[in-house]
Amino acid sequence: MKYRSVFDIIGPIMIGPSSSHTAGAVRIGKVARNLFGRKPAWADIFFYGSFAETYKGHGTDVAIVGGLLNFDTFDERMKTSLHIAKQEGIRITFHEEEAIPPHPNTAKIRLGDEKGELELVGISIGGGKIEIIELNGFELRLSGHHPALLIMHNDRYGAIAGVASVLAKYAINIGHMEVSRKEKGKQALMTIEVDQNIDDAIVEQLKALPHIIDVTKIVE
Amino acid sequence: MFRNVAELVERAEREQMKIAEVMIRQEMEVTERSREDIIAQMEKNLQVMEQAVIRGLAGVRSHSGLTGGDATRLQQYIARGQFLSGETILDAVSKAMATNEVNAAMGMICATPTAGSAGVVPGTLFAVKEKLQPTREQMIEFLFTAGAFGFVVANNASISGAAGGCQAEVGSAAGMAAAALVEMAGGTPRQAAEAMAIALKNMLGLVCDPVAGLVEVPCVKRNAIGAANAMIAADMALAGIQSRIPCDEVIEAMFRIGQTMPVALKETAQGGLAATPTARKFEADIFGKPKNERE
Repeated sequence: MKYRSVFDIIGPIMIGPSSSHTAGAVRIGKVARNLFGRKPAWADIFFYGSFAETYKGHGTDVAIVGGLLNFDTFDERMKTSLHIAKQEGIRITFHEEEAIPPHPNTAKIRLGDEKGELELVGISIGGGKIEIIELNGFELRLSGHHPALLIMHNDRYGAIAGVASVLAKYAINIGHMEVSRKEKGKQALMTIEVDQNIDDAIVEQLKALPHIIDVTKIVE
Repeated sequence: MFRNVAELVERAEREQMKIAEVMIRQEMEVTERSREDIIAQMEKNLQVMEQAVIRGLAGVRSHSGLTGGDATRLQQYIARGQFLSGETILDAVSKAMATNEVNAAMGMICATPTAGSAGVVPGTLFAVKEKLQPTREQMIEFLFTAGAFGFVVANNASISGAAGGCQAEVGSAAGMAAAALVEMAGGTPRQAAEAMAIALKNMLGLVCDPVAGLVEVPCVKRNAIGAANAMIAADMALAGIQSRIPCDEVIEAMFRIGQTMPVALKETAQGGLAATPTARKFEADIFGKPKNERE
C-alpha cells in the first residue's frame, strides 16, 4: 500500500496550486538538499512528462527550488524562491526533457559544488506524496517521509550484516530496506528506512565498519 | 489496515463505530502516535481550510487573472434570495470555489486529496456547518471520514490527475465529501459507501485538461460541480438509494479508465479544453507564446 497515513490524503498544508506539481516538487527538492547536506553552488533540474509540459503553470520550477532552499511545502517565501536562490548565489538551470518517463511526474536533479555532486530522480505520485527512485545511478525506493540511512558500500558479504548488527545494538527498528547495485562485486547502495531519527554517533560507527564507503542520513 | 471500502464498512459495523473512528484508530496503530496528536494535526488542517474559505470569499485573484472573484459573486447571488436550486448546495459550491481560487492565487490550502481538488471537501463541510451546527469535534471527524475513503481510492486507484485524470482528483474528492456528509448527517457506514459510489460514478471519465497548464480553468469550476455532486449523492444515499455497482468496483473502474485515458488528457495541457483556440490564446497571453513553441 503506497499510502499509509490519513494525512497523505487530508494534507499536506501547502502553498498552491498543485499537490503533485508544487508540494511534491518541494519535497523532491528538499530530499536532494538533505542528501547533499549543504547548500549547493549549482543545480541542473530536468523535467519529464507532465512536469515538462506544465511546470510553468503549476509553479513546479519555483517549488523544486524552494525545496533546494530547504523550504517546507507551506513556506510563504515559495513564490520568490528563484529570486532567493539567485541572491544566495545558487546557479539554477531548467531542462524540459522529451523522453517518456515510467511515471508522468518525474524530475531529475543534479546538484553540486566544488566538493562534490549528487544526482537523484524523484517521482510525484499524487496528493504531495513522492518517491525517490534513483540516486547517483542506483535504483531505490525512498519516500522521504521517514528517517532513513543511505549507505554506499562495497558489494561484499558481511557488509549488510555489519550494518544490521550496529542498528540492533542501539535498538533501531528497520521499517524498509533494500540493496541496489550496478554491477556484481562493485559498489552498492543500501537504503534503510527506520522509525526514529539516528544519532550522529551511530552514523560514525557505521562509517567505520569494513566495506562501508559512505553513510548519509535523512532526518524526518 | 482496511484495504477496501467493504472492509472499512464491515469493521465500522462490527465494532459499531463511525468510519471516522476506524480511521483514527488505524492512524494510531500505523504511525504509533497518540490520539491527541493525530486529532491536533487534523484540527490544524481544518483551520487552514477555514482560513482559505474566508480568504476566498473575501475575494482573491490569481496571478494570471484567469480565476478569482466567482465565490464572492455566488455569495452575492445567494443573498439576493432568488436562486433556483438550494441555499446549502450553492453555499457549498461557493466555498469550494473560494478554496480553489485561493489555491490558484498560490495561497495556503490543505490538499484534500490534492491541491487541485482541495475545494470539494471543505466547501461541503462549511456549507452544512450552517445547517447541521456540528461541534468542532464533529467537523474534525468529517475530515477523518473523508480521509478514510480517500485512503482506499489512493491505494486502489489513484488521486493524481497526471495518472488518472480529473476523475481521480475531483472525482475522488466528491466521493470522499459525499461519504463524510452522510456520516455527519447521521447516516450509516453503508450509506456513506453508497454516497461515495454514487458521487464517483458521476465523475468517471472526467479528464484533466488544465488551460495553459494552470490549476485554474476548468479546475475551480470542476470543484464547484464536485461539491454539488457530493451534496446530491449524500442526499440520495440518505434517502435509501443504493448504487447497483458496489463502491469498490466503481473505484476499480475509475482506475482502469484512468489507465486507458490518453496522455493528452492527463494533466499535460495538450488536449481537451487546454487545446481549444481560446485556451491557446490565454496561454499565449500569459506565457508569451504557446507552450509547444517555447524553447
